[in-house]
Amino acid sequence: MLYRENGQFKASYHADQQIFPIAQDRWAILALITLAFVAVPALAPEYLFRAVLIPFLILALAALGLNILVGYCGQISLGTGAFMAVGAYAAYNFHVRFEGMPLLLSLLGGGLSATAVGVLFGIPSLRIKGLYLAVATLAAQFFVDWACLRLGWVTNGSSSGSVSVAGLNLFGLPLETPVQKYLFCLALLSLFALLAKNLVRGAIGREWMAIRDMDVAASVIGIRPVYAKLSAFAVSSFIVGVAGALWGFVHLGSWEPAAFNIDRSFQLLFMVIIGGLGSIMGSFFGAAFIVVLPIVLTNTLPALGALVGLNVDTAVLSHLEFMIFGGLIVFFLIVEPHGIARLWSTAKEKLRLWPFPH
Amino acid sequence: MNAIVSSELLAKPDTTLNPPGLEPAPGKRIGDVILAVNNITLRFGGVKALTDISFDVREHEIRSIIGPNGAGKSSMLNCINGVYQPQEGSITLRGQSFRNMNPRQVAEAGVARTFQNLALFKGMSVLDNIMTGRNLRMKSNLFQQALRLGPALREEVEHRAVVERIIDFLEIQPWRKTPVGRLPYGLQKRVDLGRALAMEPSLLLLDEPMAGMNVEEKQDMCRFILDVNDEFGTTIVLIEHDMGVVMDISDRVVVLDYGKKIGDGPPDEVRRNEDVIRAYLGTSH
Amino acid sequence: MGFFLETLTGGLMAGMLYALIALGFVLIYKASGVFNFAQGAMVLFAALAMARFAEWLPKLLGFESRLLANLLAFVCALAVMAAVAWAIERLVLGKLVNQEGITLLMATLGITYFLDGFGQTLFGSDIYKIDVGMPKDPIFVLESFFEGGVLLNKEDLYAALIAAALVAVLSLFFQKTGTGRALRAVADDHQAAQSIGIPLSRIWIIVWSVAGFVALVAGIIWGSKLGVQFSLSLVALKALPVVILGGLTSVPGAILGGLIIGVGEKLSEVYIGPLLGGGIEIWFAYVLALLFLLVRPQGLFGEKIIDRV
Repeated sequence: MLYRENGQFKASYHADQQIFPIAQDRWAILALITLAFVAVPALAPEYLFRAVLIPFLILALAALGLNILVGYCGQISLGTGAFMAVGAYAAYNFHVRFEGMPLLLSLLGGGLSATAVGVLFGIPSLRIKGLYLAVATLAAQFFVDWACLRLGWVTNGSSSGSVSVAGLNLFGLPLETPVQKYLFCLALLSLFALLAKNLVRGAIGREWMAIRDMDVAASVIGIRPVYAKLSAFAVSSFIVGVAGALWGFVHLGSWEPAAFNIDRSFQLLFMVIIGGLGSIMGSFFGAAFIVVLPIVLTNTLPALGALVGLNVDTAVLSHLEFMIFGGLIVFFLIVEPHGIARLWSTAKEKLRLWPFPH
Repeated sequence: MNAIVSSELLAKPDTTLNPPGLEPAPGKRIGDVILAVNNITLRFGGVKALTDISFDVREHEIRSIIGPNGAGKSSMLNCINGVYQPQEGSITLRGQSFRNMNPRQVAEAGVARTFQNLALFKGMSVLDNIMTGRNLRMKSNLFQQALRLGPALREEVEHRAVVERIIDFLEIQPWRKTPVGRLPYGLQKRVDLGRALAMEPSLLLLDEPMAGMNVEEKQDMCRFILDVNDEFGTTIVLIEHDMGVVMDISDRVVVLDYGKKIGDGPPDEVRRNEDVIRAYLGTSH
Repeated sequence: MGFFLETLTGGLMAGMLYALIALGFVLIYKASGVFNFAQGAMVLFAALAMARFAEWLPKLLGFESRLLANLLAFVCALAVMAAVAWAIERLVLGKLVNQEGITLLMATLGITYFLDGFGQTLFGSDIYKIDVGMPKDPIFVLESFFEGGVLLNKEDLYAALIAAALVAVLSLFFQKTGTGRALRAVADDHQAAQSIGIPLSRIWIIVWSVAGFVALVAGIIWGSKLGVQFSLSLVALKALPVVILGGLTSVPGAILGGLIIGVGEKLSEVYIGPLLGGGIEIWFAYVLALLFLLVRPQGLFGEKIIDRV
């Protein structure tokens, strides 16, 4: 009864092409935005920001970038951690070597550097695909791992690759408290989400999806595979790079190359798969799932273990986490390969008919 | 031979004013040669797919390529498209040689095609699939699209209007937002045609557009093809197995067998050609 | 010159070990078209099983003989790997028949995580020893040519011999037996193989068990040399460039690829490494594979992949 489109007619193509054509969706999104920007900062405990919300926002941004590459353009990448690292270290260099560099410009510089590296390592995608491309992206991952550790100019001389930033401010406004950091990340995420959504529903998005679905036919239509694939790598790496810079600057404060290692790449890939490939909303679902899951496990497993007489200490906990992670991946791939986003849209379709069965 | 198009199209037009050997549909004016295939030979390793094929296609006509399975018909289209590069021979479009063009350049030259095995983009809706055909004409860059203001937005709406006209023409309005993977085969074939039409081609290559269709679907598809040829003046090169369709709607026919050309001319002439009959039926009458 | 030869042979030996792990990859890919990311985790799991069983069984059953302990542990570990193979087929692969490659790849990634956690839950996460009586002492060869001779590790030599024997047996298996033919048919096209009556699930259980056996052998050799620890799983990731070089469908290719990677890594680390700051071993194999992919994607011995419209 609630979710009906009756009476909502579109009188122009422009109206039909809106991101949320159904009015109820628009109200829901407005409520969500109000909640996120106003209610949460006012009500949430500080621990929640540091442990859950800020990581969620930044990783959701990275997952968004990865989804563009893997979900929309169909180019598999196992080197996302590397692009985050490039973004983080490049932003660090801009921040530290240029006196008084504004934060946004540093982040932008990080993103653009990641774009350059991304396009470079995207060149193999012009010749190879699938699992072969996966191995090629691993080359990017390990090479960047090494570069951040061993190349002095990357880390501005730090011998172990670890660097730190402090005293961030945005045009004079300090970014010290968790709430301030949260709002900053939220604003950036919202902006990027909007830009990404515009891209994927525009001409370039269709080109990416065409390449994903059938690249030989795509070239016959007149789509240039080179431009489509490299632009996907470029856009994706830019977003991932900015996310990496945020991760280092805003979330961690000080970091070393291991923060962006292959486990990070796998983590992001899992987010995108579980959340839903080829869906902007899916990136959010996936990030939320992966960020919240360990916390849920840490809080419930010891209690559950005590019920059956098992002592669940931290080591066992981390092993169990691995098992549950792996099991969930397989579960999702079997039950709903299109991820939570598909479950969500199926639920909405059912809701449109509710309370009628069909 | 079966006649599956409506009877008015079988009425013979007044041919006294047209050059001999060409029988255009009522009111159609066949123009000059726009596509010339000259001595094309295509080899895959040791196998010769096409041997010394030459024929031409005139503007506004419907030219069919027929032949038994494996004769090399799809390979011929792939050569015209730029997907395969023939080892010998040349292809000229309006005098411009394009033997080594890649598919995009061919598309830019105004050539579109449909595929035998339906190369639709399964993850996208009907609307988006046909919109990809408009990509050639979309000029806004990445940044404009990301902001989706001004020129990018106008472009989207303009091209959407064109695509909607094609959707109306092909009568697939109820399914415009459906993912194509969910549509029945006949409708998918129409989407394939729609995508090719969206490119506003001057030359349209149709690779077995009626394969796997029932009688009603074939009638519809014939109607669309003839309408495209009539209303938009698009030159059509058609690969088809249904002889009734070929003989009824074609202006001229090329017959291939084992990669060689064994017949070329108006349908009536080809129908009586002994080599053609032998290739298809194995006996001569 | 002597030093160069030592580096070279060291690289060859390391390459042999990579090749052992790569063998498992190739087997599974040849037979089911699945790119098994979990091969490394299987090696670790098998090695853990072997190490712990060798430890527990004597205590459980009350005997002293090292040899008996190792033999029984081997058999038990093999049984465990077969059970793992059955479980993977039943719970994962069987449900994902005919999905795209990327889905299966992700599934094996999930299996990797699961096996890592499961193995350590079952068997513990310390560093364990495997002692199968491999001689640990080095030998010196070519003493007449080079001063002091060239240092070779007996253990590595044995490993090389075992690997060679494995390869010979597996090659024969694929080429000469009916099961081998069926495996190749399945790798080509699941549906077609099913439609001619090849029992897909049974074949897959066989293949993953064989891969498990190979993983066990690899795990024993690696574990005997390095000790069984979590990092084994990461080292196994190195086998990916090996199969790219050798060709995903070629058993001899896995060996050759392993040797090239092993030698290349060692030589580049010693001779090029210092110029770049050291530690280039972590990416050398991958960059080499990347270059190969640009020039010859099917590897040295693999089959060419053709895309048809």
